[in-house]
Amino acid sequence: MAVERLFKDEATEEKGERARMASFVGAMAIADLVKTTLGPKGMDKILQSTGRGRSVTVTNDGATILKSLHIDNPAAKVLVDISKVQDDEVGDGTTSVVVLAGELLREAEKLVNAKIHPMTIISGYRVAAECARNALLEKVVDNKQDAEKFKSDLMKIAMTTLSSKILSQDKEHFAKLAVDAVMRLKGSTNLEAIQIIKKPGGSLKDSFLDEGFILDKKIGIGQPKRIENAKILVANTAMDTDKVKIYGARVRVDSMSKVAEIEGAEKEKMREKVQKIIAHGINCFVNRQLIYNFPEELFADAGVLAIEHADFDGIERLALVTGGEIASTFDNPESVKLGQCKLIEEIMIGEDKLIHFSGCEMGQACTIVLRGASSHVLDEAERSLHDALCVLSQTVNDSRVLFGGGWPEMVMAKAVDELARKTPGKKSHAIEAFSRALLAIPTIIADNAGLDSAELVSQLRAEHHEEGSAAGIDVISGSVGDMAELGISEAFKVKQAVLLSATEAAEMILRVDEIITCAPRRREDRM
Amino acid sequence: MALAFDEFGRPFIIIKEQESKTRLRGLDAQKANIAAGKAVARILRTSLGPKGMDKMLQSPDGDITITNDGATILEQMDVDNQIAKLMVELSRSQDYEIGDGTTGVVVMAGALLEQAERLLERGIHPIRIAEGYEMASRIAYEHLERIAQKFEFDATNTEPLIQTCMTTLSSKIVNRCKRSLAEIAVKAVLAVADLERRDVNLDLIKVEGKVGGKLEDTELIYGIIVDKDMSHPQMPKEIQDAKIAILTCPFEPPKPKTKHKVDIDTVEKFQTLRQQEQKYFDDMVQKCKDVGATLVICQWGFDDEANHLLMHRNLPAVRWVGGVELELIAIATGGRIVPRFQELTPEKLGRAGLVREKAFGTTKDRMIYIEHCANSRAVTIFIRGGNKMMIEETKRSIHDALCVARNLIRNNSIVYGGGAAEISCSIAVEAAADKYPGVEQYAIRAFADALDSVPMALAENSGLQPIETLSAVKSQQIKENNPWCGIDCNDVGTNDMREQNVFETLIGKQQQMLLATQVVKMILKIDDVISPSDY
Repeated sequence: MAVERLFKDEATEEKGERARMASFVGAMAIADLVKTTLGPKGMDKILQSTGRGRSVTVTNDGATILKSLHIDNPAAKVLVDISKVQDDEVGDGTTSVVVLAGELLREAEKLVNAKIHPMTIISGYRVAAECARNALLEKVVDNKQDAEKFKSDLMKIAMTTLSSKILSQDKEHFAKLAVDAVMRLKGSTNLEAIQIIKKPGGSLKDSFLDEGFILDKKIGIGQPKRIENAKILVANTAMDTDKVKIYGARVRVDSMSKVAEIEGAEKEKMREKVQKIIAHGINCFVNRQLIYNFPEELFADAGVLAIEHADFDGIERLALVTGGEIASTFDNPESVKLGQCKLIEEIMIGEDKLIHFSGCEMGQACTIVLRGASSHVLDEAERSLHDALCVLSQTVNDSRVLFGGGWPEMVMAKAVDELARKTPGKKSHAIEAFSRALLAIPTIIADNAGLDSAELVSQLRAEHHEEGSAAGIDVISGSVGDMAELGISEAFKVKQAVLLSATEAAEMILRVDEIITCAPRRREDRM
Repeated sequence: MALAFDEFGRPFIIIKEQESKTRLRGLDAQKANIAAGKAVARILRTSLGPKGMDKMLQSPDGDITITNDGATILEQMDVDNQIAKLMVELSRSQDYEIGDGTTGVVVMAGALLEQAERLLERGIHPIRIAEGYEMASRIAYEHLERIAQKFEFDATNTEPLIQTCMTTLSSKIVNRCKRSLAEIAVKAVLAVADLERRDVNLDLIKVEGKVGGKLEDTELIYGIIVDKDMSHPQMPKEIQDAKIAILTCPFEPPKPKTKHKVDIDTVEKFQTLRQQEQKYFDDMVQKCKDVGATLVICQWGFDDEANHLLMHRNLPAVRWVGGVELELIAIATGGRIVPRFQELTPEKLGRAGLVREKAFGTTKDRMIYIEHCANSRAVTIFIRGGNKMMIEETKRSIHDALCVARNLIRNNSIVYGGGAAEISCSIAVEAAADKYPGVEQYAIRAFADALDSVPMALAENSGLQPIETLSAVKSQQIKENNPWCGIDCNDVGTNDMREQNVFETLIGKQQQMLLATQVVKMILKIDDVISPSDY
């Protein structure tokens, strides 16, 4: 007797082969979707949001593409998830990780069809991933000791990362920007100290790195536009008529004259506050909250530059840069640490006026001003630059470097292949499949560049047969080239993260043999 | 539908709106119920054992869970059938009581139901079957006690404990690093265990997860992690020998519960009020400072001014810390939770050797570590992993491992896993069946057959020939009279579970059998199902 209904209405259940098929298909579809963006000649995608305004994003960044998709297939969501984590953790390689996981599943599907149990495939993949990692570890180059070489490594990594992005035309320019910015951080991974300001207009080439700090705010009217040797007080305080914070307090008066009195008292209070602030001996005051007209006028009278409504990040960064502390009370001027900088001035970028703080106490912070034809270009440029900065800052900590251009994949594939030959049992099929999946990445890079991938990859394989080869795909000339000469490098940390998370995700999807989808929660119609 | 009629042939209305209700009676009801129970068991059957597969569950909101923990699967499955819900309850109670074996108990119940169906077809009364099962379960229970072995370990020799936790973890997705996770679990349990009283308070172990990093980066912290950062970005990130004030009152002006108004009608009042307000903040901070606190942890928010004053007086603070975490911090640091500033005294401060803020990856995520606490009983297991699902699954696996370790500390009797205990029980029950006169004998035999289904499922999931393997193991057990032969799931080459180090706790196994029997009895006793019809 069949059970009519075990689940609630609309809940579905898929079992065994069907479940596995559904997840394979979903995962591969996602991988195919981002596949064409891989490599220096990868294409971009246009994403249109369904929200109001139908805003459009043009991007080549895997994580951004996947984040914006609305996906129903559960397995596909797993892949979206790993790409997001890759983005958070190392910042780059978001496309590669999805493509590799997709390829691993594609190979797994073939094996499952050949009647190999998924658990066997998983154990094979695990062995293979470990072996691939060890192969990479053997080949890493670490130039931490040699500052000169290290810098050139960083430069190469930045160029490699940027070459697959919109910035590839000016990659040298931007790579230099990114490396300079990261070198200023002196080893910390705190990317908050690097500020990116986007201003439409001009061309990408006009982008520049500024060693100071730029705040996208206007200077109050009638206040000095240029201050040398500025003493800055960074504050987070209410500069409108101060609220009385005691609960339940309210003003209750019985005549007009009293209203006037209270108003006077209020003004007096504000004046006092401003006096206190000025008594710190400052000539610049930056507040997170609004500054009303009245105190602004007082500041102007005292010749103090007052900047209102700087956002949270803005003041935190400013405090960091100038070495001041964020103040909220002003009773003990002697103990508040003031921020300092050599020069504050209003500058023009394009048509906008910005406030520029230069000669700051702490040299770590800097600002990158991006210029470009449209806001789409700028957004994409920011994403690309962010990727590069992330990778660089991670590399500064873990300075192991590999060649790029499909070289690491070839090295791993070779090692894994050798392992497959040595391993007895069904596992070896899975290990072999792993090496095929690795080879898919250089193949896709070549395909995307419109090259004869079959020819190139087989050439590469022959090259790699020799120990210590540095051959990889040179997409520009369309042939096999020496990666060491071409200066194409990648960070070891990125590659390792790609390898490990892709294997983990593939394994997770392989282990599933049943999908149970609950009925979607009913939402009340808002129409 | 059977109806009662009065002398005029009109039906009695017994149930309200009788016509619109569907009703199943007698054998049909039992069969329908059994079918539903079996359907649930069938779903879980493939998740059993080290080579069991996972299930992917999509919640009503579209979130995805991938798991192989029986209790989690059933909980998230959103079942509608009443009997299926009973099975869900069954797995949940095993989870609460023991924490492990949640899949096994459902598979066992499913097998019992399957056997019962056959007996019902032969015309045996359900109550007789239920009674037979009850007897059989008693036999099995006692037999388990007989074959159980004492399991020796102490605080210095934790290896056996680790081995047991590894058995539990080997059926989960995390089995890649089961060794390190098992070590973490055992260390955590031993840190909070009271070996004298043989009691473990699992509430003292907090399991936290953060996306990113590798599974290998998972660590055990002898202290607490709070997913918060310092209230002011410029406060020190590291505090040595912290004295912690744990507050549940906000750094804000008081909000008396009685309704009141403060009327301001003169300038003087306005000014006094303002001074009062400033003084208030000043007092609060000063009080914390006076008792010698070097860190303030508060359940509520801070006013901007108070925040700056704290920063100014060099008193780092953490705000918006949840109630549970606050309690844990209080336990770990030996401090007292202080609800009012007036009650702050130096004795009530908690102590920790090191408090630091740590940033992760390229995002701005930061967490606060409180380590080297005065009372190191509270520990945190901090899980890292590729994605959210992985972390959730690891959390569940760690929870299982923790439960197993706890059970072993409570009661150190073990039986061998890999189906060995079930096979041994099956043999014992089968042998005992002949001694019972009456129809129950059949039910007892059926129970023995049902016991076989667990090792059978294990063998099936591991890709072995189920019947062949089972009979081989069974004959070996009878021949050598040893209860430690099981199914060789991992293809190691031996089916001696002592060599493979596969054990389960005695109470876990006993509980499984009792619970499964109870539920099956309950289901068998139902002979009438009345449900409102669909509208």
